[in-house]
Amino acid sequence: MAILKVDNLRKHYGKLAAVDGISFAVQRGECFGLLGPNGAGKTTTIRMLYGYTPRDAGILTLFDLDIDRDLRAIKRRIGICQQEDSLDPDLTVRQNLVGFARYFDIKKSEAEDRADELLHFFALENRAKDNIRILSGGLKRRLMLARALVNSPDLLILDEPTTGLDPQSRQLLWDKLAELKAQGLTTLLTTHYMEEAERLCDRLVIVDHGHILIEGRPKALVRQQIGHSVLEITDPDAAVRDFLAAENCRVEDLGKRILVYLDDGDDLFLRLTREVRAEGCTLRPATLEDLFLKLTGRELRE
Amino acid sequence: MNWPRPNQISHRTWHVWRRNYSVYKQNWKISFIPPLLEPMFYILAFGLGLAVMIGDIELGGRLIPYTTFIAPALVAVAIMQNAFFETTFNSFVRMYYQKTFDALLTTPLNLEEVILGEMLWAATKSLIATVLMTVVLTLFGLISYPGALLLIPLALLGGLFFASVGMICTALVPGIEMFNLPIFLGITPMFLFSGTFFPLANLPAWAQQVAWWLPLTHLVALVRAGTLQMLDASLWLSVLYLALSTAFLVPLAIALMLRRIVR
Ligand SMILES: Nc1ncnc2c1ncn2[C@@H]1O[C@H](COP(=O)(O)OP(=O)(O)OP(=O)(O)O)[C@@H](O)[C@H]1O
Ligand SMILES: [Mg+2]
Repeated sequence: MAILKVDNLRKHYGKLAAVDGISFAVQRGECFGLLGPNGAGKTTTIRMLYGYTPRDAGILTLFDLDIDRDLRAIKRRIGICQQEDSLDPDLTVRQNLVGFARYFDIKKSEAEDRADELLHFFALENRAKDNIRILSGGLKRRLMLARALVNSPDLLILDEPTTGLDPQSRQLLWDKLAELKAQGLTTLLTTHYMEEAERLCDRLVIVDHGHILIEGRPKALVRQQIGHSVLEITDPDAAVRDFLAAENCRVEDLGKRILVYLDDGDDLFLRLTREVRAEGCTLRPATLEDLFLKLTGRELRE
Repeated sequence: MNWPRPNQISHRTWHVWRRNYSVYKQNWKISFIPPLLEPMFYILAFGLGLAVMIGDIELGGRLIPYTTFIAPALVAVAIMQNAFFETTFNSFVRMYYQKTFDALLTTPLNLEEVILGEMLWAATKSLIATVLMTVVLTLFGLISYPGALLLIPLALLGGLFFASVGMICTALVPGIEMFNLPIFLGITPMFLFSGTFFPLANLPAWAQQVAWWLPLTHLVALVRAGTLQMLDASLWLSVLYLALSTAFLVPLAIALMLRRIVR
């Protein structure tokens, strides 16, 4: 069953089409990724999903409810972790959770139990009485995520939950998200970390300029679009280029660097390093990042 | 512009109020100081220093000591300031810097409720200040009962009026430093020229007419009529002025905030 259906969603800011006809569906229990460069329209899409930003066109259905008719009922069942920190600096860590539960009409005793449960789950117990202002970025992010769960949502929407976190905190969040997924929670996730998307997402879309460029399962997409592995050659010279020109392979020449997308086997790599040169040549598995860059280009955004 | 509809407002409005109240409760010891101390300062400065030079003031055929004359005006000014500063500086910080409204909008609350909740809280702050000041002024013997009980509804009405005025400023200013403008052009002149520290009759005729349109003039008149127990029929006009403009400005403030925030 689809928890979330997005059909031909559109949003313009003046002349800019921030979201330009996006459609996708998220199934129950799935972790769905919304990837794209800066300014692609991810946050705008998410904001329309909870009625924060009015949309210009499109049909949004969550839990089989229409967003225009049943926004309140829908909002009661989703948890949203916004891209920007919006914790309440006037309250402590625990009060942030208990206070937030009130907005969902959750009874105080229930809210307190839930808050303690979440503090434990995110290893925040020792900071329960701390003021928000003294928390590090990683702790704030963890608390944002905990807060998005106070109403025990059926759909969790995460806008870049791990941006700015150190590897330890990111690992912890990944573990926690995996645990939540095992419990059956449906998640919509945006991230700029391709490794994260590859790890967490069952399916994903890559968006650019408000359009969906591709949709599918991350591993399958990488296989189809990029191949099995990537041969990277830094500072290529004429000999390398001549060698590659004679081969039947997909080459992306970036000037200072050449990427060769390989379907299987390391035969080409072995011949190149033996016959032409070994220095500066690396063979590595193809990743989602290769696909992302191939689809969205390499120029800087915004 | 999208005007708010009554069916958009639910009990959740009080959740916003509760949020502000629980923050306030944490620092109540500090929050209580200004409404307790401020009237004492004024009473000392004006009552001891100035009143001896001025003597009594004639009001509605009664001679009234100067300190008794200004005491209710101090309450009216506090009603104005508490509400106005809450929905300007404090609401702006919550909206712009703390992203509190953004967070609230991820819950079943809607923006109409958030803004109304903020204004109701601001009116509550006016009420708290009024009660505290009234206690102090009562100890100084400057307030008569039961007329002073009228201060409770007046604090709520005046509070809501100035809360909506403040919220309208918040909806319009580009940045927080711009609040100096409405303060300089609105709040300060009203503080001085609304029959607060001298009877309006002392002003030239044209200035009296201008002053009559100042909302604080009406609030001062009503509060003073309550504390001095000098009620008369003309006060209904002041009630009407404040009630009607509040009934218009509250939805206007919500509509303007929607225009600012919803994109
Ligand atoms: N309120 C707004 N007014 C005008 N333009 C806006 C507004 N909000 C977003 N935009 C524009 O819409 C486009 C999409 O923005 P959005 O925030 O959705 O991107 P994003 O994919 O979330 O990017 P990032 O990865 O940087 O968070 C951008 O070009 C942005 O400048
Ligand atoms: Mg974004």
